[in-house]
Amino acid sequence: MADSLAEGETRRDFLFLAAGAVGGVGAACFAWPLIDQMNPAADVLALSSVEIDISAVPEGQGITVKWRGQPVFVRHRTPKEIEEARAVSASTLRDPQTDEQRVTKPEWLIVSGSCTHLGCVPVGNKVGSDRGEFGGWFCPCHGSHYDTSGRIRKGPAPKNLLVPPYSFVSDTKIKIG
Amino acid sequence: MEKQTYNNAVVRWIDDRLPIFSFMDHEYNQFPMPKNLNYWWNFGALATVVLVAMIVTGIVLAMHYTPHTSMAFDSVEHIMRDVNYGWLIRYIHANGASMFFIVVYIHIFRGLYYGSYKAPRELLWMIGVVILLLMMATAFMGYVLPWGQMSFWGAKVITNLFSAIPLVGESVVEWLWGGYTVDNATLNRFYSLHYLLPFVIVGVVVLHIAALHVTGSNNPDGIDMKGPQDSVPFNPYFTAKDSVGLGVFLLIWAAFVFYAPDYLGHPENYIEANPLVTPPHIVPEWYFLPFYAILRAITFDVWFIEAKLMGVLLMFASILVLFILPWLDTSKVRSCRYRPIYKWFFWVLLIDCVVLGWVGANKPEGMFPLIGLIGTGYYFFHFLILLPILGKIETPLPLPTSISESVTRRSGAPAGATAATGGNA
Ligand code: HEM
Ligand code: FES
Repeated sequence: MADSLAEGETRRDFLFLAAGAVGGVGAACFAWPLIDQMNPAADVLALSSVEIDISAVPEGQGITVKWRGQPVFVRHRTPKEIEEARAVSASTLRDPQTDEQRVTKPEWLIVSGSCTHLGCVPVGNKVGSDRGEFGGWFCPCHGSHYDTSGRIRKGPAPKNLLVPPYSFVSDTKIKIG
Repeated sequence: MEKQTYNNAVVRWIDDRLPIFSFMDHEYNQFPMPKNLNYWWNFGALATVVLVAMIVTGIVLAMHYTPHTSMAFDSVEHIMRDVNYGWLIRYIHANGASMFFIVVYIHIFRGLYYGSYKAPRELLWMIGVVILLLMMATAFMGYVLPWGQMSFWGAKVITNLFSAIPLVGESVVEWLWGGYTVDNATLNRFYSLHYLLPFVIVGVVVLHIAALHVTGSNNPDGIDMKGPQDSVPFNPYFTAKDSVGLGVFLLIWAAFVFYAPDYLGHPENYIEANPLVTPPHIVPEWYFLPFYAILRAITFDVWFIEAKLMGVLLMFASILVLFILPWLDTSKVRSCRYRPIYKWFFWVLLIDCVVLGWVGANKPEGMFPLIGLIGTGYYFFHFLILLPILGKIETPLPLPTSISESVTRRSGAPAGATAATGGNA
């Protein structure tokens, strides 16, 4: 008797488990669309691009443009700033990168305007504004200092300002994105 | 639950099929309350009233508010200037969030002082911590809705915290935003959740009260009720006492709404959100300041953990530690009245939280980072080290034998006399 009872229970247990597993997998499959709908939608993803006329940006100045809803800095660097950016050896930096890796034309530095710490917009585009200890940008939120190549030099930010994808359409025009 | 027999035929008919009258009578009319409760026991009722008021004013605001980045700010101004009594409703709602937190913080510290988190009320306490977390999420998302500069930058900085998670951080943040920055998708989902969460809170509050009505209320002496001489029925004693407190509380809330409606807010939030310009000093609402200070307390990497991640972990830990508090406190005595040493450390903890709030309100410059670090260290020291040890080494004062005895002794009546039995000489 004990034998047949155990056998009967095993069949039933199996059916319970199998039905439960199928139901569980089904529910899990359905959860994915509900989670994924929160990810950027197709229109947001469609890499929008902007063209910017840079002819009016004087040497030493930067401008802020909007790309994908975020600020991007376009800075016309002076020879001195370029030299400063190239004088440091990359290996001593928190996020090691040479200046050459970050620009296509040395006098134009194009970087994202979002601090890599928590996303504030650093100041320093205008001549005379606080550019921090390394002459690039200073983020007032929690005190991150970026150099003239947009690399993190001091403060809590972990990474250099990102370089967005861009290309020169002509000598005075760039396309970001 | 005992069923009542009602004289009214309709009431009886309903009660036989769905005993809501018996239920209300049992839980809110006859329900036995310790007779020594003081005014610190008002704050649960106050919190319930605020929650209801927030839902009512919120639903009305939602009738006039537009959750779109191009219109949200203007729609709030429209509420303020054009909608009949819109200014009143919005100010009640905006100040109501602050009132909610002050009431709940007092409610929590009441629990800490009188040991309300100890057996058998551990689960009741943990459900309360869940409510606190839900409130924080709700208030955070609500603050984003008016789409001012603080709304935007507060949201951006706080959501960016999740980028500290190793490997998946960036994807998590984009998932939260629904884009590459806080934008329309973010505003919309925050609005949806801001509408939803208060109703979830209502559900959890029901569980909180259900658990409370299983164990009954704790009391200032922290000893159990032993019989009818230790208690009075909820109605009229506590319906009356809660009403007195409610009157005072509503006066304070009204004083803010009518005389200082923007005192607790931030002027920067009357400037429309601008994704290209960060305000010079980003601060959260006052009720988040201590947590903001903990978040920024760590400015150096701890072993392999980056400073940024460490801050995030500590901030969440500062609330999660409350979940295990019932097991961290090893003392068998509930109330601070009979804990001569812990009593002082309770006040030190309270001061510590205020100091952290002060640090959170200031730029992390000069002495503030150090004070923030010490304050954060002390906060965790209190819960993780002090409480377990204190319970073992402290000698508690003798507990009164019963609530009734303690009440009569305090009021100067002869010992052993009890009001309920009419035993006063
Ligand atoms: C747990 C309860 C609630 C809390 C703590 C809360 C908190 C907040 C906060 C802090 C704000 C920003 C106020 C400001 O500075 O303008 C806000 C705004 C708003 N809330 Fe709530 N809320 C709650 C419930 C609700 C409910 C149930 C609704 C219903 C839909 C709602 C709808 C709104 C709307 C439409 C706004 C934007 C208008 C405005 O900013 O004044 N809220 N809420
Ligand atoms: S966001 Fe720039 S330093 Fe924190």
